[in-house]
Amino acid sequence: MIDLLLIAIKYSLVSNVVLAQFLGICAFLGVSKKVDSSKGMGAAVIFVIVLASLVSHAIYVVFMAASSPLCKALGLKDGLEYLTTIVFILVIAALVQLVEMFMKKNMKGLYDALGVFLPLITTNCAVLGVALNNVTYGYNFAECLVYGLGISIGFALALILMAFIRENVIEGNDSIPKSFQGSPIVLLTAGLMAIAFFGFAGLV
Amino acid sequence: MNKYLERIYNGIIKENPTFILMLGMCPTLATTTSAFNAIGMGLSTTAVLMFSNMVISALRNVIPNRVRLPGEIVVIASLVTIVQLLMQAYTPAVYESLGIYIPLIVVNCIILGRAEAYALFNAPIVSFCDGLGMGIGFTFSLTVLGAVRELIGKGSVFGFQLIPSDFSIGIFALAPGAFIVLAFLSALQNKLRLPSATNGGQEVPEFVTSGDVLGAFNKTEEAPASEEKKEA
Repeated sequence: MIDLLLIAIKYSLVSNVVLAQFLGICAFLGVSKKVDSSKGMGAAVIFVIVLASLVSHAIYVVFMAASSPLCKALGLKDGLEYLTTIVFILVIAALVQLVEMFMKKNMKGLYDALGVFLPLITTNCAVLGVALNNVTYGYNFAECLVYGLGISIGFALALILMAFIRENVIEGNDSIPKSFQGSPIVLLTAGLMAIAFFGFAGLV
Repeated sequence: MNKYLERIYNGIIKENPTFILMLGMCPTLATTTSAFNAIGMGLSTTAVLMFSNMVISALRNVIPNRVRLPGEIVVIASLVTIVQLLMQAYTPAVYESLGIYIPLIVVNCIILGRAEAYALFNAPIVSFCDGLGMGIGFTFSLTVLGAVRELIGKGSVFGFQLIPSDFSIGIFALAPGAFIVLAFLSALQNKLRLPSATNGGQEVPEFVTSGDVLGAFNKTEEAPASEEKKEA
């Protein structure tokens, strides 16, 4: 139990997915302009990463690991590990499409809130990163769940904090030097946030 | 200048993916802790980019438009797997230090962006040259960033000690340094009015806004553009 808690704290705060591991930078910079849309994106990412983490883990265990039923039946001694990248990216792309279709049909309210962000998530490297790291770290089902939750909560946290800073401090602020307006000040803010997150370093 | 050389020049100078188009930020920030890592990342991306452009261009009349994106992703993912296995076998040290970022070349927006913007409409050999030019441009910019960060952060370039390590500022080799170096570089571009996608000096193909930083600075509504593209 304590192990799971440590995984959650480590990946949401200590080695934050955006600010320490540089995964999902594109979405982090792209959707942090407004607090409202950053909340929607954060929720959509939490949902998709947790789902993708579990589904890709299940597929790995059943079809691709050396100890999986499929590889045993086919007599493949080394498993199908070399196919993980191809299979995971396709699984994620299909999963995002399915979730979008399902939401559109059955959960109208949720779709209106999160729908526009879903296609953006397929190309978010944090999702593929989580699926691949599950294999590298050799996590079991519960650990995959907690790892996915930790990473995606860390992402949502960084995204929403950044959106608050941009909306309240950066947007329309004339005291920012002219050549630093636009992307430089946002990148600089991200750098300062990364330094602030160093403060969590001794936690785990 | 013939059209092959023109594509290579275009990728290195005119539409440099990192400094001018601002694409593929994740590997740019993550793997430039040292000049050596940066070159490793740049070259592996170049290899994937050249062949993905060529294969996608050769298959452009075979793949139906409806399944265009999944088709492209399968091609790119297969090439990335090949590169990953080759690196694991022949350059284990680089493979170790780049780690997860090798398989993540699959979701690098430069590769899908070039496939969508160029390879789908042009012949294989020209597309190959386009990929080569973009790849060299990417490698070059990564190496510059890596060298700057290594020089300030560790006092060395490519492992040669230039400044005694007592005088280096360690944070530049760590995560925050990546953001800060890129911020100052971007500010310098604004100051000198150099073309860059983030100050409106450079036009950007529409597709690539789905997965990169550009949506942040040029468009007011970032999401819908990519959704339309997907359903088209």
